[in-house]
Amino acid sequence: MDRIKQIYNDEKLLKRLHEDKDITIEDVLENEMVINMGPQHPATHGVLRLVLRLDGETVTAIVPELGYLHRGYEKMAENMSYVEFIPHTDRLDYLATLCNNVGYVLAVEKLAGIEVPNRAQYLRMIISELSRIASHMVAIGTFAMDVGAVTMVMWTFREREKIQDIFDRVCGARFTTSYTRIGGVASDFDDEALRMTKKIVYDLESALVEMDKLMLGNKIFIDRLEGIGILPMKDAIELGITGPNLRASGVDYDVRRAKPYLFYDQMDFNVPIYSEGDCLARYFIRGDEVRESVKILKQLLDKIPQGEIRANDPKKVLPNKTEIYSKMEELIHDFMIINFGINPPVGDVFHSVENPKGELGFYIVSNGSGNPWKVKIHSPSFCSLQAIPLLCKGAMISDVVAIIGSLDPVMGEADK
Amino acid sequence: MRKSNFMDSKELILNKVKEKFGQAIEAISDFRNDLCFTINRNQIVELSRFLKEDSELEFIFCKDVTAIDWAARKNRFTTVYHIYSFKLNFNLRLKVNIDVDPPAVETVTSVWKSADWYERETFDMYGIKFLNHPDLRRMYMPEGFEHYPLRKDFPVIGIPGSLPLPNKAE
Repeated sequence: MDRIKQIYNDEKLLKRLHEDKDITIEDVLENEMVINMGPQHPATHGVLRLVLRLDGETVTAIVPELGYLHRGYEKMAENMSYVEFIPHTDRLDYLATLCNNVGYVLAVEKLAGIEVPNRAQYLRMIISELSRIASHMVAIGTFAMDVGAVTMVMWTFREREKIQDIFDRVCGARFTTSYTRIGGVASDFDDEALRMTKKIVYDLESALVEMDKLMLGNKIFIDRLEGIGILPMKDAIELGITGPNLRASGVDYDVRRAKPYLFYDQMDFNVPIYSEGDCLARYFIRGDEVRESVKILKQLLDKIPQGEIRANDPKKVLPNKTEIYSKMEELIHDFMIINFGINPPVGDVFHSVENPKGELGFYIVSNGSGNPWKVKIHSPSFCSLQAIPLLCKGAMISDVVAIIGSLDPVMGEADK
Repeated sequence: MRKSNFMDSKELILNKVKEKFGQAIEAISDFRNDLCFTINRNQIVELSRFLKEDSELEFIFCKDVTAIDWAARKNRFTTVYHIYSFKLNFNLRLKVNIDVDPPAVETVTSVWKSADWYERETFDMYGIKFLNHPDLRRMYMPEGFEHYPLRKDFPVIGIPGSLPLPNKAE
C-alpha cells in the first residue's frame, strides 16, 4: 500500500508508469477503490447516491448522500394553509399516496380536535390498506427484479394496476390522489368501487399463491438473499428503523397495534414478525403483510356503515361543492377556510401512522393562525437509509443492490 | 384497559422525572395527551440517559429530533426530541430552549445512535450546532451552501445566487 502511494506521489515514477506498458501492480487486492453509485442508478430506487470504498469486491465503507430530491416541503407547509398541504403529502411516499394523506389529516384533526364520522374513518382504512398492498407489490416486484428475477415485477404490477383502477374511480387520479380532507374524505365509494375492491380482495389470494410458487421454488433467489444484510434486533432499535424492516428483525411493533388510530383496535389481524433480520426475512414479511391487509379489508367491507363522509363542523371542515353554489352560509365558510384557514388552537402534536414503509409521523406546531408554524415530517425511508452503512459494511458489491431493495426506501419521502 | 395503562405510565414518568430533575424541568405540557418536558439546556443528555437506562422506563427508541424557530422570541430556537418506550408503549416529547447565540446544544447521539442523521438534518435546516456530534455535515443542502433554509428569515422563493447553477451553453 505504501509503495503504491509512493508511486502516485512521485511525478517521475507516475509518468513512467503511464508510459510503460509492462509495469503492473503486483497485488490487486491491496488497492482500495472509491466508486460512486447513483444518484441515477436504476437499483437505488430513485435518486439515492452512495459512495463506496471497495477492497476487491468487498465493501469496506459506504456513505449515503441524500438531498437530490429535496423540495423543501417543510418550508412550503409553513407558508400555506392546512388544507392546501394535503396534495403535497402525495409527493412524499409516492407509492403509498393515500397512507400519507390519511396520516396528515389525522395529525391535523388531532391538533384541531375534530371528530370524524364513522363511514369516513372506514373509507380511510380501506384506502390505507389498498395503498399498503399496492406499495408492497412494488416493493416485492422491484426487489425481485433488482436481484435478477424480472418476471416478478410484471406479476406484481398487474395486481397493483387493478388497485390503481380503484383509486382512479374513487379519487379521480391514479397516482396523485389527494383523497382525504380535514374532517372526512373527498368523495364516497360508490357501488362499483366497492365491487372492484371486493373482487381485488378475493383475486389477490390466488395471485399471492402464484407469486409464492414462482419465487419460493427458486433456489437461486433464496440463496441470493438468505443471510445477506443481517440487521440484529438491538441495532435496528438503536438506528430507529421502523415498519416491516424493524419487524423483520424481531421487534413486535406496529403502530396499528401499539397506538391504534381509526378503527384498527376493532380489527382482527396479526402482526407478522421474523427473527432473522436478513434480506429474505424482509422479503417474506411484505408478502405476509399483504395477506394481513387482505384480512383487514374483508372485515372492513363487511362492517362498513352508512352515513356521512365529512364531519359537520362548518368552521373547520370544507362544505360540499353543491352546497357552496346554492347556499350563502356554505359559501362564506368555504371562503373563510380557503382564504384564512382553520385556525386550530395554539399547541403542538405528534401523530404517527403505520405506512407501508414504516412509521410516518407528523409533528405540527400551531400558533393559532391559519398556517402551521412548523410541520416536521418523520419519514420512515429516511430512518431505513440510516442502516445502510451498517448493513453494507463487509458485504459484496452485488449485495448492496439487494440490501437497498430489501429496505425499500422511497426517495420522495427520505428527501422531503 | 388501554386508557388506564396510559394514565399509569404517565404518572410513573411524571413522578420519576420530577423526582430526579426537579430543578432542571422548566415546563411540563400535556396538550392533546402528548406529554412534553422542557428541560434546561445543560441537562438534556443526563435526562436522555436517565430515560433510556431506567429499568422501569426504557425509552430506547428515538423517533425524531427537530427544532422550532420562534423568530421573534428571545430564545429563538427550541430543539424537540420524540422518543418512544416499547415497555410502556408511550410517546414522550422533550424540548430544550436554546439560550445561547450562535445556537448550540449537546448532542444525544451518545444515548441514541439514530439521532445522528436527525441532528444532521436539524443542523442543515436551522444551523443549530450539536456539540460533540461525530459527523455534523449538511444532510440535504450542498456542502458550500451558506444559509439555513427552515429559519424564518429565509425567504420561501430562496436567495438568488445562493445555489451555483451550471453555466448556460453559449
